[in-house]
Amino acid sequence: MDSLDGEEFDVIILGTGITECILSGILSSTQNKKILHIDRQDYYGGDTASINLKQLFEKYKKPTEGLDNGKFGRFRDWNVDLIPKLLMSNGELINILISTKVTEYLEFKQISGSYVYHKNGKIYKIPSTEYEAVTSSLLGLFEKNRVKNFLQWVSQYNFEDPKTHQGINWEKNTMEEVYYKFGLGNSSQDFIGHAMALYPTDDYVKLPCKECIERVILYSQSVAKFGPGKSPYLYPLYGLGELPQAFARLSALYGGIYMLNTPVSDIRFNDEGKFESLTIPQGTVKAPMIIADPSYFPEKVESTGKKYIRCICLLNHKVSSTDQKDSLQIILPQNQINRKNDIYIAVLGAEHFVTPKGWNLAIVSTILEDDKAADPLSEIAPALKLLGDIEEKFYEVKEILKPKSDGEGDNVFISKSYDAMSHFESMTEDVKDVYKRVMGEDLVIE
Amino acid sequence: MIQFKLVLLGDSSVGKSSIVTRFVKDQFDINKESTIGAAFLSQTIKLLDSETNDEVAVKFEIWDTAGQERYKSLAPMYYRNSNAAIVVYDITDANSLSKAVKWVNELKEKLGDDNDCVISLIGNKLDLINEDETKRAISRREGEEFAIENGLYFHEVSAKENIGIKDIFQEIGESLYNQHKEKKLKNATTISRNGGNSNVELNRPSTNDATSCCS
Repeated sequence: MDSLDGEEFDVIILGTGITECILSGILSSTQNKKILHIDRQDYYGGDTASINLKQLFEKYKKPTEGLDNGKFGRFRDWNVDLIPKLLMSNGELINILISTKVTEYLEFKQISGSYVYHKNGKIYKIPSTEYEAVTSSLLGLFEKNRVKNFLQWVSQYNFEDPKTHQGINWEKNTMEEVYYKFGLGNSSQDFIGHAMALYPTDDYVKLPCKECIERVILYSQSVAKFGPGKSPYLYPLYGLGELPQAFARLSALYGGIYMLNTPVSDIRFNDEGKFESLTIPQGTVKAPMIIADPSYFPEKVESTGKKYIRCICLLNHKVSSTDQKDSLQIILPQNQINRKNDIYIAVLGAEHFVTPKGWNLAIVSTILEDDKAADPLSEIAPALKLLGDIEEKFYEVKEILKPKSDGEGDNVFISKSYDAMSHFESMTEDVKDVYKRVMGEDLVIE
Repeated sequence: MIQFKLVLLGDSSVGKSSIVTRFVKDQFDINKESTIGAAFLSQTIKLLDSETNDEVAVKFEIWDTAGQERYKSLAPMYYRNSNAAIVVYDITDANSLSKAVKWVNELKEKLGDDNDCVISLIGNKLDLINEDETKRAISRREGEEFAIENGLYFHEVSAKENIGIKDIFQEIGESLYNQHKEKKLKNATTISRNGGNSNVELNRPSTNDATSCCS
């Protein structure tokens, strides 16, 4: 085995989730950092890996005998995301992918449709243009015009130019006040705040309206980017697990050293309490700092007080009333289902090479509201009902963790757990946050 | 133009990058580290269609390991959709053929049974033997036998002296071209591996095309 004993690096990175791999790729390719990147598991991606059907069954301790070429087709034809997220077409992750040229290793397809649930039990296509908003059966006659006025106002809103603000101050006025100004009722608010701005709760209505306006703009731009009529989302062929692999390759192309299946022990700190070295089977390696996902330093992270539930469902049919679409997102806004947190469903299929033909994968997720509930699945019951017959399901409840400190004291820079959001915007925020803590300056994406 | 993905496999320092550099740039740099920053290298070769006698161009998109093979950390993405593989060993290093055999098996496992990846087993550093025959640690027959048993192409080459390099790619190119023609005949309806071209192009900004804009 090639020894690395006594080797010094600029940064040692633990965990190959997407956050760590993006940081590794950027630090290696643009900042010339000498990187050692380690994962204790024998595959790339950590929590953001995509696994095949055999690995999925093994993970949930279900028998795998006769699995291959059985009912579910070939197990290799499944690429199941452990964390369901989609990429906003005009979002920051796409900007990072393009600026680092990591797009050269990946292929993307649009998600075909985006739907929102109504308490009447039906799902409606989310209007993606002003025209669709006016013709959608989701909104009542009077509401349509008000929503249209609001969307026009947003599309013209320029933070620099008060003339476009129509009296709304983005620093002071809350979203509640904006809704009042445009006369928007509960169902329109649910549609704007949850289906377009993608807020998972209603906390945002009490906050200054700037962020919500930005989110609606991001949504509209994402819908417009690759031709309207579909959804604002992109998704990589073969699953999200391709993303960390692609960024890892970028890092490696600039000299980053990769070691999977490598246990880490004896993490040492110097007299000032700063990270000094750690030991792997190839020897003791040194670096002035460490970047790690929360699982590598359980004593340095704490719970955010939130737990999420994720349920992976295998379907041998399309989700009904979606025009037989192979890929879609369905949002169940909290008010429509008497909850405090939205439920998200991501449906994917053979179009994105994550299932064999004839199968679909639906991943349901939300923040758990009653963590003492005997059956956590009861919290996602309305979503499971929408999916119809489910051939097989797997679920897990996990705590969302965050670092206790910013890492300045010990030079151990820890990322956050992946949250329950349906897209990657909060993950890219975390990449920028860790980057700033590590480098002392903002990450600039060109 | 028909384009194929070709991956390089083999242990560290058997000369994988040297073979590509020789083929793509016709250079050899003895101190060179693996090509920094290049996602993959491209090279186009010309060959003759055996039936029509037309000259056709075949483009290789060549993926190097970027050192990720050193600690057995090549990503599944690396193997994915590869049409051809060059598995390299060093004929002066007694252990390197058995390691190449492991790479062949690893490749076959990753690609599954229904793949039609064209594999070429390559013994590199022939120049060292030509200088001093005693340096040879693996006989030509050993390599050849394994290749025949497993249906692989086989050559001994020198990236340094430019012996046999071009032939590796020419042979793979011809094989892939014939495979491609056969497939085209079999199912004239399926176009690409994605069954259509609805993938989103992310490398250049998508502009409003004629269908979405007022004239």
